[in-house]
Amino acid sequence: MQHKDSTRRQFLGLAGGAAVLGAVPIVTIRPSEATPAELASAIRSVTNGAQVRTGKVKLDVPPLVENGNTVPLTVNVASPMAPEDHVRSIHIFNEKNPQPNIGNFHLGPHSGRAQVSTRIRLADSQKIVAIARLSDGSFWSATADVVVTLAACTDEVI
Amino acid sequence: MTSALINVPAKAKRGDIIEIKTLMSHIMETGYRHTATGEVVPRDIITSFACRYNGTEIFRADLFPAIAANPFITFFTTATASGKFEFEWIGDNGFSETASASITVE
Amino acid sequence: MRLAGLIALSALLAVDAAGAEIPQAERRSGYSFMAPDTRAMQDDDTTNPGMLWVLDGEKLWARRTGVTNKACADCHQDARASMKGVAAHYPAYDKALGRPVDLEQRINLCRTDQQQATPLPYESRELLALTAFVAQQSRGAAIEPGSDPQLAPFVAKGRELFMQRQGQLNLGCTNCHDENWDKRLAGSAITQGHPTGYPLYRLEWQSLGSLQRRLRACMTGIRAQAYDYGAPELVELELYLMSRAKGMRLEAPAIRP
Repeated sequence: MQHKDSTRRQFLGLAGGAAVLGAVPIVTIRPSEATPAELASAIRSVTNGAQVRTGKVKLDVPPLVENGNTVPLTVNVASPMAPEDHVRSIHIFNEKNPQPNIGNFHLGPHSGRAQVSTRIRLADSQKIVAIARLSDGSFWSATADVVVTLAACTDEVI
Repeated sequence: MTSALINVPAKAKRGDIIEIKTLMSHIMETGYRHTATGEVVPRDIITSFACRYNGTEIFRADLFPAIAANPFITFFTTATASGKFEFEWIGDNGFSETASASITVE
Repeated sequence: MRLAGLIALSALLAVDAAGAEIPQAERRSGYSFMAPDTRAMQDDDTTNPGMLWVLDGEKLWARRTGVTNKACADCHQDARASMKGVAAHYPAYDKALGRPVDLEQRINLCRTDQQQATPLPYESRELLALTAFVAQQSRGAAIEPGSDPQLAPFVAKGRELFMQRQGQLNLGCTNCHDENWDKRLAGSAITQGHPTGYPLYRLEWQSLGSLQRRLRACMTGIRAQAYDYGAPELVELELYLMSRAKGMRLEAPAIRP
């Protein structure tokens, strides 16, 4: 199998096999997931217990992503973005990463359009929640479920 | 070696709503990964991003480890006057970078 | 899950087929296997994170270094003119060494011979940045390797490596990338393995990386021991892959999942 002039070390049965595996450090300790209680608590820290209604918010994230390390995400909130009626902030949360927060984005009437895009990490298939805080103190939300597929051949070292 | 990639329209009409796109070089190490020997790789992320337009803050973001490496953030603003956009990224281990872009508003 | 994927792969490839090469008309860039969101990331330079390395490379191109205190630009001037199309011809035959060198090795030869500076480590930000900056000047150019007849034996060696079964899974590159490119492996599309976009930004890596890094990952995937960075075998494989992709358009810096 090997080239005569190969610069690769010869494969030496079991011992060699162990060495091959040993040469590729792989994460063996899985970080713990955020619990539903942690997600609820993270949301409460933004809303202070106020009611969160469904609507106004559009959360655009691919339902099936090719790699959980880099997932494009856009949040758009239907708002006139006028001094008397605008979006003050947008908050994005997740269900199953080690930590429930993803990002907080602070806007104002000068923004013109209540829309932000970013790229996020998803440790697993899960639910994403986007919450908008409006200038009248109301909170609106949207959720999306994302399926994260697994890469086949990877060389992740840590 | 750090680079920022900023995209702001060079020209706009007064009152136009313009999109600003930003990319910043950063590993965004989560602090949740382990080496093969079990040691935690320490967290090293950008925690804050802000944009000022002629000195006034128009956008701010708090970032967490779930933001992907080389943070990409886009947002909108209303073109009000010619001048300068200043961008600032602040993070762990004293990370602090700035960039700027100018716009002509007619 | 990953192991399950590999078992599925082994089962998929258990039937031994003779290495059927892909007809010219059916060749497809990895780009065409990607989801629309991932394609969009590559299509727009203001959203393509690979451009961060191109920007760094542009700075390095003009930076003086080494004993001679020369910058790339001092000899090659404006890369937009001098490097246009160059990456489409790599790996290229180096007469002094008597073997092909890839773009990364060529940059390091320039460093050691002309600038009298230390070579940059493989996968270092600096080497990836310079390579990305040079490769970007060939965007859209048709891949055209191997005009030097002295390359022929190295292309043949690369082809032999591509066809050869290896590793604990006993697979050759050809078993996936010639014979099963229209199928899926775990969640990923099996592509035809054309190196049209290197160095490229992999979402998995969250970084730019070289073709050698990708080849090494493939070898690890089939549970073979990967060749060391810079090994002649990796350059021969790169050379064969470029000859196999002859005429296809360069996309560097591309995005891949």
